[in-house]
Amino acid sequence: MKIEDKKRVLREMVLHRRFEERCYQAYIERKIGGFLHLYPGQEACCNGVMEAARPGHDYVITGYRDHVHAIKCGADPKAVMAELYGKETGSSKGRGGSMHIFDGDKRFMGGYALVGGPFPLAAGIAKAIQLKGGDEIAICFLGDAANNQGVFHETLNMAALWKLPVLFVCENNLYGIGTSIERSTAVVHQHKRVAAYNIPADECDGQDIEIVYEAARKAVDHVRSGNGPYFLELMTYRYRGHSMSDSRGYRSREEEELWKQRDPIFILRDRLIKDGAMTMADFETLEKETDAYIENEVIKFSEESPEPRVEDLEKYVFADRETQLPWLTGKAA
Amino acid sequence: MANIMYWEAIQRAHDEEMARDPLVICMGEDIGVAGGTYKATKGLYEKYGPLRVMDTPISEGGFTGLGIGASFLGVRPIIEIMSVNFAWLAMDQMFNSAAKVRYMSGGQLTAPCVFRSAGGAAHQLGAQHSARMEKVFMGIAGLRVVTPSNPKQAYGLLKSAIRCDDPVFINEHELMYNMKGEVPDGEYFHPLEGSEVARSGTDVTLFGYNISVHWCLKAAEILDKQYGISAEVIDLYSLAPLDREGIKKSVSKTHRAVIAEEDEAPVGVGSEVIAIINEECFFELDAAPVRVHSALVPQPYNHTLEKAAIPDHEDVVKAVLKLFGKA
Repeated sequence: MKIEDKKRVLREMVLHRRFEERCYQAYIERKIGGFLHLYPGQEACCNGVMEAARPGHDYVITGYRDHVHAIKCGADPKAVMAELYGKETGSSKGRGGSMHIFDGDKRFMGGYALVGGPFPLAAGIAKAIQLKGGDEIAICFLGDAANNQGVFHETLNMAALWKLPVLFVCENNLYGIGTSIERSTAVVHQHKRVAAYNIPADECDGQDIEIVYEAARKAVDHVRSGNGPYFLELMTYRYRGHSMSDSRGYRSREEEELWKQRDPIFILRDRLIKDGAMTMADFETLEKETDAYIENEVIKFSEESPEPRVEDLEKYVFADRETQLPWLTGKAA
Repeated sequence: MANIMYWEAIQRAHDEEMARDPLVICMGEDIGVAGGTYKATKGLYEKYGPLRVMDTPISEGGFTGLGIGASFLGVRPIIEIMSVNFAWLAMDQMFNSAAKVRYMSGGQLTAPCVFRSAGGAAHQLGAQHSARMEKVFMGIAGLRVVTPSNPKQAYGLLKSAIRCDDPVFINEHELMYNMKGEVPDGEYFHPLEGSEVARSGTDVTLFGYNISVHWCLKAAEILDKQYGISAEVIDLYSLAPLDREGIKKSVSKTHRAVIAEEDEAPVGVGSEVIAIINEECFFELDAAPVRVHSALVPQPYNHTLEKAAIPDHEDVVKAVLKLFGKA
């Protein structure tokens, strides 16, 4: 990665970290409801892969830990936060919530809350790309635990069979909710499970963005060149619990501390400092600027935005009736 | 008007729509090279090729989800689920993805896909191949459910379902694919909403859909000839949404209602129609509405037991006679 890109990505990763931490605070203050799944610790995964892909051009789909993926694709952080606040200005107009962030214009095809649900949807998006003949690819980000669902295997089989342009990124954070991977999964290294489908697969460190980027470049090139699917496993760790109601009783504080010593943001920051591209003071300024942006723009926008109107409760269940009348009434021209 | 079979009508709708729009595709088990279990996709593989006529692996959840994902980008997949019994495996994707994506994305994404599936008791297919599951589909927000009772509807409903931007589930019946009927020669779009008066009458309304429309028509014939009772038959080809106005209009005329369904009674079309009658025209009733339905048992294999579990036109006649105090 070029120095300028690394500096830009560091800025983005700090935004992603501080955004999520601010969500935590807003949840405690009861500004955000429902379930909230936060991303700190895993930032190098999404950022490393998407630096190798084309955000806003390639189609991205993921599970419920989706805020950062949406923002990385180009969604406005203000719209994402407003969605968490349930506001009409939210990315899904307050109808989706934390687990269902969407940005169709940026080709962020959504966060889905059934574990493993996005696998076949991603393959279907790839099928559509194949039919239309574009150079886009579909990228599916999911966690390791999703691979224990039946549709994982069904989808790998079809993606390989039909040579679909889809990249499966497995963010292996070692836990499926509160059960460690050793206790739920016979094979810990997920890329090995893919071998049976004749899909090329790789595993790498998910904390060092430059390692992720290099592995992702190979993966993206493979898929974009028309060679069919690819599976990339990134070894990572989520600092917080699965969701907000998780006291992390299933793992030790020592283990958490060990992972925090390989923090993805600090790895990149320290490298940039060592290379003389920035100073610690620069980094501290960056953090302050980020917090100020989140407070003065993102939170302010979300606080001040209007609620959806109760009269619009049933809007968006079906397509606009007026546009569908020929088929609903049979009175086609 | 061409007199063609139900399966031919479905095949014709596929063919016309696929010829018109390269983004209309079809997928399912054995639909391509084999031509479809019920021949509904016969000849399409040869005409449109494997990219658009996809023989899928036996992975209902997987290929249904794949079709839905493709529809997010404007592809119009017609997804055949060979038997509705297998649709249980696909329901997560149908309900959680297709039916909800428009709402939970605030209108940004839409899933314009068609699910076709054959249900119903055929001939001794046993507990896991005889289900009627319309009751499950018709209660899902964001999903339209239609069920053709004749070749004309089978053709016209599929045409409209493909064009519609909402996901549509089409409930067909295993025993009806060889039924013959008139289908217009020109292009025809059957409405996805509403109901049809299949036979006009004055004394009682018989509500049916799909195969039970035919029980009702046969019962109406018997009631007229043998008992002098004039029965109106309403064809509820749209199960979601149900036609509140049509139900109200007919019951307000006849003041009596019988609802016939092949499904088991709890939580079904019968209970919904009666709820609508209560809500819309309770004071028009001269008698309490009656349901005709299957026994609440897993479908038995034995021929005699199977027959005992499933209603037919005679049960409809009996229900009407009871309603009139003649039985």
